[in-house]
Amino acid sequence: MKKVINAPEDVVPDALRGLAAAHPGLRVDAEGRFAVRGDAPVRGKVALVSGGGSGHEPLHTGFVGPGMLDAACPGEVFTSPVPDQILAATLAVNGGTGVLHLVKNYTGDVLNFQLAAELAADEGVAVESVLIDDDVAVEDSTHTAGRRGTGATVFAEKIAGALAEERAGLPAVAAVAREVNERSRSFGVALSAATVPATGRPGFDLPDDQVELGVGIHGEPGRERAPLAPAAELVDRALTAIEADLPLSGDLLVMVNGMGGTPLAELYVAFGEVARRLRGRATIARSLVGNYVTSLDMTGFSITVCRLTPELLRLWDAPVETPALRWGR
Amino acid sequence: MRESVRPDAEVCRAWVREAAARVAADRDRLTQLDSAIGDGDHGHNLDRGMRAALQAVEDLGETATAGEVLAAAGKALIAKTGGASGPLYGGALRAMGRSLDESGDLAAALRAGCDAVRKLGGAAVGDKTMVDALEPAVKAYEETCDLEVTADAATTGAESTMTLRARKGRASYLGERSVGHLDPGAASTALLIRALVTAARDVRA
Repeated sequence: MKKVINAPEDVVPDALRGLAAAHPGLRVDAEGRFAVRGDAPVRGKVALVSGGGSGHEPLHTGFVGPGMLDAACPGEVFTSPVPDQILAATLAVNGGTGVLHLVKNYTGDVLNFQLAAELAADEGVAVESVLIDDDVAVEDSTHTAGRRGTGATVFAEKIAGALAEERAGLPAVAAVAREVNERSRSFGVALSAATVPATGRPGFDLPDDQVELGVGIHGEPGRERAPLAPAAELVDRALTAIEADLPLSGDLLVMVNGMGGTPLAELYVAFGEVARRLRGRATIARSLVGNYVTSLDMTGFSITVCRLTPELLRLWDAPVETPALRWGR
Repeated sequence: MRESVRPDAEVCRAWVREAAARVAADRDRLTQLDSAIGDGDHGHNLDRGMRAALQAVEDLGETATAGEVLAAAGKALIAKTGGASGPLYGGALRAMGRSLDESGDLAAALRAGCDAVRKLGGAAVGDKTMVDALEPAVKAYEETCDLEVTADAATTGAESTMTLRARKGRASYLGERSVGHLDPGAASTALLIRALVTAARDVRA
């Protein structure tokens, strides 16, 4: 598998150096492996820190900036960041009113953020953590590690970031992030697997006429394998799974997300099917179509839906200025 | 019954060396196992972590205690491995180090390491995780104080994960599809226990 890289082991720091060069509004520590907004720490503002394995860009580094994250810590590809780097990012953005850790629900992310939060507490920094677990493909039971955090992470980072920008306190910012998570659900479909630079081989073999339903964002196989079907049918499978868990009505924020290797035209085909299927039952108040939570070069798409309230809609519309999302400023 | 080994700093250093060598040699196999039911990076991550652990141990002064050796290795594993295995193995080594400096006894240290993994990860025997290799090994050592029996128990425990359905960690997302694959964490645990046994035997010999 061909890759635009210098060396597999340098992908993460090399990408961070490129991010810094492209976005002077960010301060990037390529060695320490974190990016913070250029004016951090912002005194009197709750700081938002997120992070996770690399390979999901623009998540999380592309969402650092006013109105969204204060810092992001990318780990190795598909590997959670380590406590030292999360701690360094937390201390770099602490504006004196506490730090919110937004953590996707994976065992590694949870453990490493937990250790970092304990270290930050030792340094006198108040940290609260919110777990994002929106992927309905995973059965939420004692038989699993719990649902994965996927697309709702973008919604939570944007909406909680907007509230923090208005100088709300740590409990309120954490509460709105939890509310977004509770009102959001996701489901992913893969047409092909991701290829991790270090191994150079696809994570799983998927025949030309097969898809993975309920796929995750780390190259792990999905819940079941099914024959390739028209977009209308794939979207139907995804929305059926979502609606079995969260009935959809009222104002919705809908994201059709690429996995990194899907042409935008195909994502719009999928979005059209989502709109057709929801017609008459719910209103798509806001939408996002594109690559926001990728899985390297995986092809496929995921759908994330959030049932908005007027307040969540207001915060979604609030100004944001990051590499990957910017409006209203 | 044999007596429990009292590993000194030399044994602990030898363990870290042996473990780093075995993980490096088995790196691709562990990653391969992880590709089947996880995200395909376990061998590479653990190799990076163990190389950092080895460096940390080599940087220690001559007078370091057994506990200090394991604490340094554990800290490096947490700092460099990433994923769940960094905190889990790093936490286990640090707990073992604290135990060794208190009691000096390998049985107590192994139990402390196992408790740390279970507490951090929340996994029990049968969940298809490293606990499936670790718990039987610790139990075997507590009962026999026989190093070979201990390493064999870890290997057998790791092999037992083949037929299990994962209930913790990333493989749990696959549900029934996780059956029929070895758990990579259990496989690396068996390898680390085998390294400990080799180190304890060679240093004593």
